[in-house]
Amino acid sequence: MTTQEQHDPVGWEYSPAPEQIKVHIEPKNKLFINGAFVSPKSRSWFSTINPSNEQKLADIACAGKADVNNAVLAAKKALPKWSKMCGSVRAKYLYRIARRIQERARELAILETMDGGKPIKESRDVDIPLAAQHFFYYAGWADKLEYAFPGRSISPVGVCAQIIPWNFPLLMAAWKLAPALACGNTCILKPAETTSLTALRLAEIIQEVGLPEGVVNIVTGAGDTGKILAEHKTVNKVAFTGSTEVGKLLMRSTAGSGKKLTLELGGKSANIIFADAAIDQAVEGIISGIYFNQGHVCCAGSRLFVEESIVSEVIQKLKHRLQSLRVGDPLDKNTDLGAINSKAQLKTVQQYIRTGVDEGAEFHEVHQDRLPSKGYWCNPCFFTEVQPSHTIAREEIFGPVLSVMTFRTPQEALTRANNSPYGLAAGIWTDKGSKIFEMAKQIDAGVVWCNTYNKFDAASPFGGFKESGFGREGGMQGLRPYIRLQNTSGRMK
Amino acid sequence: MRIPVDTVMVQQRADSFARRSIKTESKQQGLRLALSMIDLTTLEGKDSPEKVRSLCAKAINPWEGTIDPPLPSVAAVCVYPSLVRVAKHSLQGSSVAVASVATGFPSGQYPIDVRLNDVEEAVRAGADEIDMVINRGAFLSGDFGEVSDEISRVRGVCGTAHLKIILETGELETLENIRIASELSIRAAANAGPIKDGEVFIKTSTGKISPAATMPVTLVMLEVIRDYYEETGIRIGMKPAGGIKTAKQALHYLVMVKETLGNDWLTKSLFRFGASSLTNDVLRQLVRQHTGRYAATYDFSEA
Amino acid sequence: MSRLTVPKTYKLYIGGKFPRTESGRSLAIENQKGETVAHICHGSRKDFREAVESANKAFGAWSGVTGYLRGQIMYRMAEMLEGRREEFVAAIMVTSNVTVSAARKEVDASVDRLVRFAGWTDKHQQIIGCANAVAGDYYNFTVPQPQGVVVALSPKTPPLLGLVTCIAAPLCSGNTVVAIGSDSHPIPTAILGEVCQTSDVPAGVINILTGYQKDIIEHVATHRQVAAVYASDLSKKDRVILEEGGSESMKRLHFVSVDEETWYDNSAMASPWEVEPFVEHKTIWHPSAC
Repeated sequence: MTTQEQHDPVGWEYSPAPEQIKVHIEPKNKLFINGAFVSPKSRSWFSTINPSNEQKLADIACAGKADVNNAVLAAKKALPKWSKMCGSVRAKYLYRIARRIQERARELAILETMDGGKPIKESRDVDIPLAAQHFFYYAGWADKLEYAFPGRSISPVGVCAQIIPWNFPLLMAAWKLAPALACGNTCILKPAETTSLTALRLAEIIQEVGLPEGVVNIVTGAGDTGKILAEHKTVNKVAFTGSTEVGKLLMRSTAGSGKKLTLELGGKSANIIFADAAIDQAVEGIISGIYFNQGHVCCAGSRLFVEESIVSEVIQKLKHRLQSLRVGDPLDKNTDLGAINSKAQLKTVQQYIRTGVDEGAEFHEVHQDRLPSKGYWCNPCFFTEVQPSHTIAREEIFGPVLSVMTFRTPQEALTRANNSPYGLAAGIWTDKGSKIFEMAKQIDAGVVWCNTYNKFDAASPFGGFKESGFGREGGMQGLRPYIRLQNTSGRMK
Repeated sequence: MRIPVDTVMVQQRADSFARRSIKTESKQQGLRLALSMIDLTTLEGKDSPEKVRSLCAKAINPWEGTIDPPLPSVAAVCVYPSLVRVAKHSLQGSSVAVASVATGFPSGQYPIDVRLNDVEEAVRAGADEIDMVINRGAFLSGDFGEVSDEISRVRGVCGTAHLKIILETGELETLENIRIASELSIRAAANAGPIKDGEVFIKTSTGKISPAATMPVTLVMLEVIRDYYEETGIRIGMKPAGGIKTAKQALHYLVMVKETLGNDWLTKSLFRFGASSLTNDVLRQLVRQHTGRYAATYDFSEA
Repeated sequence: MSRLTVPKTYKLYIGGKFPRTESGRSLAIENQKGETVAHICHGSRKDFREAVESANKAFGAWSGVTGYLRGQIMYRMAEMLEGRREEFVAAIMVTSNVTVSAARKEVDASVDRLVRFAGWTDKHQQIIGCANAVAGDYYNFTVPQPQGVVVALSPKTPPLLGLVTCIAAPLCSGNTVVAIGSDSHPIPTAILGEVCQTSDVPAGVINILTGYQKDIIEHVATHRQVAAVYASDLSKKDRVILEEGGSESMKRLHFVSVDEETWYDNSAMASPWEVEPFVEHKTIWHPSAC
């Protein structure tokens, strides 16, 4: 706000508050196969860098065909014992993992932030606690599975290949491993190429808690490693979180294999604000919807629909609120937006911003500060004058870029929101209960946040409609992808 | 007039201010700022001239030790009307203002004439600031007109004294009520005459009702102040009172003010803490930063 | 001299009407003795496309009606089927080498299957949906919702019971259906449309094609408006076609492979776990505070 009269305010600014703890990182990080850290047979390594300063953090093993094969065989070998183990014992292992994650939370948070660029505030308050909660939640299911599937007898699916993205590295590992293990499956997890470190720390935890060898194997590498893993004959199930493009390829490449598949893919989620909403809180919802984790969120509320009568008020408040967002050193406890995860992703985001401008949308960026010269940075920003046909209104950007559009009636909001091949999430802001329920019912989205956004919980199923994938993670429904159901009379072929 | 408020998201936002990490320089600066914004308060039946005199001494010079640069005085001393003269006398020549609660504080359950008379007496006795209570009974029964009218009349008899309007948020209970009462109070005060920046405050609580000031309640009130500023260009002040006991809490409030209203509001002319025990905790932290040692509670004078 | 019969040519059932196939082609149906007793439409890609259009148009309303109403309409289908019991027995027996009592058993089971699913319309939500105890001040619940247009590729046998099951399972949660019946025993498929039309099933909610599944399966796989497929007795080759083609629009594919006896088993074929493949779980959050 500008000063109209002279006062005696001080220009109070926050001093740097960097996380002080230093976390040791091994220079060479091996594969985790059959309970041991092993060098890759491929003899191939790649480096992982800190995206906020482009400094190399460590070398990571790149798993080749032989390595993946060993991991799959280890999982296969571990399966009979693990799947037949008493559920309450499996539960205890998962509880132990949950506890160890909590106990090593600070180290994990720092590592997550260094490797991935997300603000320490988020890795500390969101990623790591939720990862622990997932193990804790699914631990409790391990000996109660029959209650989740009345009228059916259940068995695990078998050997699960789990491929996860770079936006929530440890949390996604937890989303994948916890339900799979609770249901008696064994797993091979492949972290994303740019963010392997916390998954390997999780491997240490798995060793610490004495999980039987081979029950969880972690193979690091890029897309090729993932492809080898997903296509391995012995794999019974493929669970993938990532882009819709790769999801479609996986569905094709596993066609006819009989492998079960769950896909957690992209989104272009609508965040709809009605004139009768609690506006200040809705603005908070816009902020957490699109700028959380630099917008590297599959369910990001990247399409904002505002009822026409309040659009100028909302834009003004959004601009005002954006000023208090702090972009910078991810390890600083006061940072709200950290670094973009990789050079490639930064290029993608920048390309979309250019396209948005080229197609005639109006670009807004309130941050004038210069961004660090090293590292991958993008200020939080938004577009107005966006047409539904614009690229930035249709394609997933996966960055801190918001497209603002308007509507006049609930029906128009719905039509516009549903006019997308995606269907992952949606936000609805109104003070009117009946409108909330009607909108929630009609909107094509697997998660509908009403008067809130980007809330996650181990007990709450997450997953999409349409091309955002299929299967659910979290909650009771999150067990289903890891269970084979048999009719109790046993006549299903 | 009714603008919905969603409590859970307000809470979430309020929590986010408490997650800011205020260290080193900014902590030092923030604590000094907080100290300068305190309305050092005593509002008890057993208050005596002697107690008020010692409170005033503390207000002018919060700590007996030396620290460089010297610590600021607090903003004001807040007392009952009967003790205004004592306070005024003790504070003569200092920068510390005298604030007096009035209007039948804390309940306000008196005829309007009595309440107005209460204000006039306090002003006559030398009060620089009047902390009034709104008519919660009328508010909760929906008689906004009466509440509003009374506020206007109180401001009308304040003369040059600044007015702080206590909503007693603990009795209003919901954030929506608090939002409505905040808007209503500001507009009612404006009805009695033009407002210069800082002449009118809205204040959370009397300190006699629990819960008193909380971060979410204060946030909603700050948002009303921000909206009013956007509409009129006039800066209304804010005073959370009661329940703010630690330096850490005070810093959280300052973060909230900064991020909601901007640095312009980080001045005692627009932001106050209604508190008593807060002063010594702020001093403890300041002295700790200065000396590198934690002080004992008995190292600081009781006001 | 015996009377010259009037052989019937069975038509398709699309959008509540009985059109002939757009292809202009028909297939002769021979009885056990090898005599041509009737003709059925040889449904084509364009018929399929029309059927999907109708089903898609009908989806909004059908998914929006109450479970109670869907249940009543499905129960009405059972009533109408029961009333035409002997006609369906005869229809089964035209091409199948089964006894009258076996054919009756199948018709009876089909009627009962409709009744069974009619009962699930307003209950499956309570079995497969739930309230979730999240760690925060939120109400959070998961409700199953229909997916859209579901294609039912029903088994060769039992022709009627298989078809009815593949239609009823997706129908009961509010999906609309395009069914392609048994290649080898098409008469029950061909006349089921008449049951639908006379039992208050809104136009387009159920669409039924006859012909060869193999002619249409590629189009089933790649049609982007098709949300899901319920397929039984598929060859591996057909599965691959559906999975590869379906990947482009992320179709939900539900394959079953069960023996004939199992089709009669309600607990195996008409439980909530047969409804579940055709729902999307939607999880709704709302803050809880004054």
